[in-house]
Amino acid sequence: MAPIAGPDLASSWARRGIPLPEGLGGSETEPEQDNRYDPPNLSGRQLRCCMSPSGPKASRRRDVFSGTPTPSSPSRPGRRVYMVSGGVTKFAKAHPAMDFRLMCKKAFDAAREEVPNLTLDMIDGTRVSYFSDHFSRQLKAGSMVQDYLGLNPRGSVRIEWGGATGGECFQAAYEAVASGRMDTCLAVGYETMSRVATWKGNEFIALASDVNYDFPLGGFYTGYYALMVIRHIYEYLRRTKFAHIRDEREAQRQAIAYGTRVMAKVSVKNHRNALYNPYAQYPKNIDIEGVLKSEMVSYPLTREQICTMSDGSAAVILCSEERAKELTDRPVLVKGVGCGTDTMRLADRPFGKVLLMPHEKVSDYESLKYPGVHSFRAGRSAGLEAYRHAGITDPVKELDFIELHDAYSSSEIQTYEDLGLCKYGEGYDFVERGDAFLKNIDYGFEVPRAGTIPVNPSGGLIACGHPVGATGLMQAVFAFWQLQGTIAQHFGSDKLQIPNARRGAIHSHAGTGSSVTVSILEAVRK
Amino acid sequence: MTRKPLRRTSKFTDVQEEIQKSGAALYVDKDGNECLYIDFPYKISYIHSYAEDTPFFLGLAEGKILGTRCAACSYTFATPRKHCQFCGEPTEWVELPRKGRVHSWTTCHYGSEAFLKETPYNLVLVEFEGANSLLLSRLKDCGESDIYVGMPVEARFADPPKYSITDLWFVPAPGVLPERRG
Repeated sequence: MAPIAGPDLASSWARRGIPLPEGLGGSETEPEQDNRYDPPNLSGRQLRCCMSPSGPKASRRRDVFSGTPTPSSPSRPGRRVYMVSGGVTKFAKAHPAMDFRLMCKKAFDAAREEVPNLTLDMIDGTRVSYFSDHFSRQLKAGSMVQDYLGLNPRGSVRIEWGGATGGECFQAAYEAVASGRMDTCLAVGYETMSRVATWKGNEFIALASDVNYDFPLGGFYTGYYALMVIRHIYEYLRRTKFAHIRDEREAQRQAIAYGTRVMAKVSVKNHRNALYNPYAQYPKNIDIEGVLKSEMVSYPLTREQICTMSDGSAAVILCSEERAKELTDRPVLVKGVGCGTDTMRLADRPFGKVLLMPHEKVSDYESLKYPGVHSFRAGRSAGLEAYRHAGITDPVKELDFIELHDAYSSSEIQTYEDLGLCKYGEGYDFVERGDAFLKNIDYGFEVPRAGTIPVNPSGGLIACGHPVGATGLMQAVFAFWQLQGTIAQHFGSDKLQIPNARRGAIHSHAGTGSSVTVSILEAVRK
Repeated sequence: MTRKPLRRTSKFTDVQEEIQKSGAALYVDKDGNECLYIDFPYKISYIHSYAEDTPFFLGLAEGKILGTRCAACSYTFATPRKHCQFCGEPTEWVELPRKGRVHSWTTCHYGSEAFLKETPYNLVLVEFEGANSLLLSRLKDCGESDIYVGMPVEARFADPPKYSITDLWFVPAPGVLPERRG
C-alpha cells in the first residue's frame, strides 16, 4: 500500500478512473526520526491506515458486487462542461439599497448581458450559495433567489460549505452539467455581511468552529489562522534560516519578524493589484510598513493582512458543449475539479506523511510531520485531484495564474505549498523570488521573477472582499475573463490581463482548512 | 396622528447608532436611494447537550483532563473523540497529564463580539506526553512577549465549574518566566 496519509485517496481515484502519475505515494520506507525539537508523542505514530481494503469486510463486499470491473480511463466519465459567462456586483462594505435577491439578480443580469442568445428557458436549474443563515436571518434564502430570478419551477439547491461555499457551488453546477442532468446550470452566490456589526459577524463565522471545544475559548478565525502561521514559521523558518540562533525564544522572535515581513509583501501585492480592479472593495496603494504597522488583530496578523466583511454577489453560467456553441465563441473549459477535507478542529490534525505532488519525492520530507497545524492537507488533496483530472503534473509550468483564497496573507503562503507551486517550507522564498507577482505593477520592492505564475491578479480576498457565498464564484468570473482575454473590457484597463493566459486555477477554502476546492479552467482556442 | 420623522443619514456608520436611539434609520446612499433600516434582534438560549463528550466536561469539574484512546490502534486524542478518526473504532477515556507544552500560540487583540471584553487573550494549542493530538486552550498569567513554541505549561481549573471548555486553562510552568521586578 502506497503510504498516502489518511484515507486511501489512491484507490478512490483509481476507482473513478483518475490515473495515478508515477511518484505519487513514493516509496514504502518509513521516514526517519529527526533529532530536532519535536513533541515526542506527536511524532511517534504515523497516520494509521486501518481501512485496508484487504480486510474481511472488503472481501464480503466484493462477493456481493461481483460485476464487471470499471475500466480505467484517462479522464473522468461525464460530459465536457464550459463556462460561457459570469457576472459580479461590486464588492462593498455594504450595499444598503440591495438585499440579497437584488444583488443576485444584478450579478445574473450582468452574466446574461454577455450571452444575449441565452434565454431564461435555456436555464435548466440553479445552484445557489450562501454561507450563513445568521447574516440575513432568512432561512430558505436560496429559494428566494430562485424565485426572484424567475426560474421557478426548475430544480435548485442551496450549497453551503463554509468559506469554500462559492467554490463548492461552482463544482455543484459543474456536476449538474457533466452528469447530463442539465445542459445549462446557473451558479449564483451572495453574502450580506453588513447586516450585523463587524465583531458580531466574526462571532457568526467563529460558530464554524467546534462549539464544545473551540468556540467558547474566544472563537475567532483570525486567532485560529494566527495559531497556524506561528507553527508554520516555527517549522519552516525557525528550523532553517534561523537555526543558527541558539536562544530558542530569540530565534522564534526573529523568525516571526522575518515571516511577517514576507507575509506583508503578499498583502501589498493583493492590495496593489486591486488598484486596477473596479470590482474590488479595498484596493490600496499600501507598502510593507503600512501593512505591518496597521492594527494588531491576532499576533502576528495585522489588520491589512486579513480579508474584510463584504456585501456582494457573483454568478456563473455553465453549459454542455452543444449549448456553449449556441451561446458564445469564447467559452472556457472546466478542465478539472478537486475537493479535499480535513478535521474540523485544528487540534485533531494528524502528524503523518506528506501527500506528494508528482514532482515531489518522499526524501523531500523525511522529517516533516504532516499536515500538523501548519499546512492544509485539504488544499493539497483538492489540488492533487484537480491536477490529475486536468492532466497537470507541474502546476507552475502548466498554469498561467491562480485565484487563491487569501483570507489571510499567511494562508496564501501556506497554500502556495499545498498547491505545489513550491515545496513545503519554501513558501517564504517563493514570495521573495516574486513568482506570484505581476510583471507590470509597482510593488515598491524587487520581484525578480514576477509573472512566473501570478497569484490573485484580481487582488484576491484581501483586497476584493470576501462575501463568502459569492467569493468562489467571483474567482471563477475573474479567471474566466483572464482566459477570454477580456480583462480590459471588464476592468477598464488591461493592467491585470495576463498575456495569453491559457489555463488558470481557482481555489476556495473553508474553516481552518477543513474543506477546500480547486477547479481548473482552460481557454478554448478556435 | 403625530409621527416623529425618521432621522435621515448619509453616513452608514451612523445607522446602527440611530437604530439604537429611535428604533429605525433612513439611510440615503450616494445615488439618492432611501433605505429603511430597523432593529431586528435575535436572542436564543440553546439547551445544549455535550452528549458523548459529557465525561470530559465532568472531568474538568474534578480537575482532570480526559482524552480518549482508540481501543484498536491506541491513537490517543488530547481533544476527545468517542470514535477513532483513523479506524472508526470506539475509544476509551484516559486521563492526560496536567503539564504540557505549547505547540503553537497567538494573542488575540480583537475577537468575536462575545469575547471582545476579554481581549487581549492568549490561545495555545497544547501537546501532552502520551497523546498524539492537541488541545486548544487559553494561556493566562503571561503576555505576548513571554510565549514561545515548546514552552512548558500547567493546567488550572475553574472552581466552581461552569461546565465549559473555559473551566480549563493553562499558565506557564514554574521557573519558565524570568522573575518580574517590582
